Amino acid sequence: MTEQIIKVENLGKMYRIGGHSQHPRQLRELIVGAVAAPWRRLKRLSSHGGDLQEFWALRNVSFEVNKGDIVGVVGSNGAGKSTLLKLLSRITSPSEGMITYRGRIASLLEVGTGFHQELTGRENIFLNGSILGMTRVEIQRRFDEIVDFAGVEKFLDTPVKRYSSGMYVRLAFSIAAHLEPEILLIDEVLAVGDISFQQRCLNKMNDVSTQEGRTVFFVSHNLAAVQQLCTRAILLEGGSITLDGPTPVVVKKYLSGLASGSSAAFADNPNRSGAGDIRLTDGRLLNKDQQPRSQFLGGEDLIIECEYDVQRPHQAIHVNMEISDQTGCVITEVSTVYTGTAFAEMRKPGKFRCHITDLPLVPGQYRISVHVFADHKTQDLVPNAFMFDVVGSHFYPSSRTPDTGVCMVSHQWSEAQPGSQQYKSLESV
Amino acid sequence: MTDQSRDAAASPDILPEIVLKPQRGWVGINWGEMIRQHELLFYLVGRDIKVRYKQTIFGVLWAVIQPLLYVLIFTVFFHGAAGIESDGDIPYPVFSLSGLLPWLFFSAVITTGSVSLIGQQNLLTKVYLPRMFIPAASLGSAVIDFCITCVILGLLMLIYGVAPKWSLFALPLLVLMIIITSLGLTLTLSALCVSYRDVRYVVPFALQILMYMSPVIYPVSMVPEQFQWLLALNPLTGIIDGFRSSILGLPWNFVAIGISGFISLSLLAFGLFYFRRTERRFADIA
Repeated sequence: MTEQIIKVENLGKMYRIGGHSQHPRQLRELIVGAVAAPWRRLKRLSSHGGDLQEFWALRNVSFEVNKGDIVGVVGSNGAGKSTLLKLLSRITSPSEGMITYRGRIASLLEVGTGFHQELTGRENIFLNGSILGMTRVEIQRRFDEIVDFAGVEKFLDTPVKRYSSGMYVRLAFSIAAHLEPEILLIDEVLAVGDISFQQRCLNKMNDVSTQEGRTVFFVSHNLAAVQQLCTRAILLEGGSITLDGPTPVVVKKYLSGLASGSSAAFADNPNRSGAGDIRLTDGRLLNKDQQPRSQFLGGEDLIIECEYDVQRPHQAIHVNMEISDQTGCVITEVSTVYTGTAFAEMRKPGKFRCHITDLPLVPGQYRISVHVFADHKTQDLVPNAFMFDVVGSHFYPSSRTPDTGVCMVSHQWSEAQPGSQQYKSLESV
Repeated sequence: MTDQSRDAAASPDILPEIVLKPQRGWVGINWGEMIRQHELLFYLVGRDIKVRYKQTIFGVLWAVIQPLLYVLIFTVFFHGAAGIESDGDIPYPVFSLSGLLPWLFFSAVITTGSVSLIGQQNLLTKVYLPRMFIPAASLGSAVIDFCITCVILGLLMLIYGVAPKWSLFALPLLVLMIIITSLGLTLTLSALCVSYRDVRYVVPFALQILMYMSPVIYPVSMVPEQFQWLLALNPLTGIIDGFRSSILGLPWNFVAIGISGFISLSLLAFGLFYFRRTERRFADIA
């Protein structure tokens, strides 16, 4: 029997940007007339003379969730994923619309919220558990499980400031994983810890949902984890839902959107920075046949093409590109500096390409950040300008890919015949 | 957010429904939620007490040293050098410590409470909990210090041969009053501090000034008649004076206590509602 547990109707969250909204007026109300004049001047100063802009981080979002569902929320940076979780978890209140739910909601937007460095592991379990909404009795009942899952038995009475970062994260996640809310909200926290622990966390969350019947909301850039864990996914773009359906369909749509409309990464990337004399305006990933693609095979050629606009001409321009995996770990960097080259001059809008031959990456999702610098300054830095998947490989003759590691290297095998110094290559089988 | 908990059908596995909607203006206090999660308040208090004197040489002794140092300084400078006398024939050290008792409590709560929210922003932006607990928890360690100061005062009275009177039984009421005043003000200041970090810099000065404007060092009777009403507007006046009346058996000034009581309750009511009103913005602006 399916039972509806969360209902979201026309949810919207507005932020005012470019000023301090109505706050100065409120303090002014508190401070009587006499002080008002200098205060008003201060307000004008602080609002940079500009008008306030309304910014809807989320708008017209409606969906329903049944008990026991694991719902993945995907979308690029700034799409409203975290805002949605903050609204659901009551951290911030909606500007319009309504959320109706049954039961307790616990949120895990960060591991170890409220941990105190000076307190011991044991003390922190109770403090953090209580902050996350557990009662003392519940914590006591699950205490052994928490400690066991985190593997910190020996350090229970050691202050957590002496913990290794791995232990710290394990303990923090373990507490949250043993919460007993009806609804659990998780944001990107699995990007921490080592791979084996991440896998244990995913399994744990799966258990939480399937065996204990809890509802889980899971936000992540780790699409593999979303696909592994969630049966249903919601795709957020620009603050509204563009697709809500089975995970494979949603992930596919999300990835294809990234490939075709990648100019979004350049146009409204909130994390972008730089002096701006030279600005990237668009870009795409191409295969050897110059076809735009978002999926590649290991061993294939990958061509990164960027378009740029010039506000002020520069000479001797360098470009760096960082390729990182889905956990944010930088795999490698390509750069005009490494190749001992540079763009002699950029004075008019134009295009450039970086051609990577025999892509040595194992299957997974990757992102590329582009960094343009000239005149000893960053002109443009676009984090996550591109995303792509490596879905298989013909890097090696067998078309097999390693199960571990992050990259592939060319290698040959040979053997010396008995009694001979002559090495002979192995033949393919 | 509104949390109207509607009791759904009688079936036990159907949980109460919670509705989150946009809110404007003044809203009620979320007592139910605070009662449900009351254990959290104790954990927060426990944390503050446990970490308070970590990595200090004197540890808990600081709670003893601080009031004694104040008494020493006051006695040497204000009593000895400036010639301030106590009321009646109470020895000055006993007189000043009985005034310091509520004052130190008040100033400890305000000092830690006013910055409690901005000092623990993660508790605002990363998780939802009854947020009033955060400033309210600063009462906890102040209560411990208060008890220690009480013991010191008792010893001091023993040394100076000052015997308590029946009026000592009125002390709990006065303790309640200082708690109400401190809580009301700390709720307001902590909420204000989230929007305006100025508060953090204003509080230390304000406390310093307020101490001189309260009868901690001097007796109320030392203030000229025409300014007494001004002194009475300070809710601490009636409370500090009341502490002395209760502990040392000095004459009661019921008018001052009445005014203090009224102002304290108003402060608490304002603090509670102001906190609730601004709370919904905390995560957005912290």
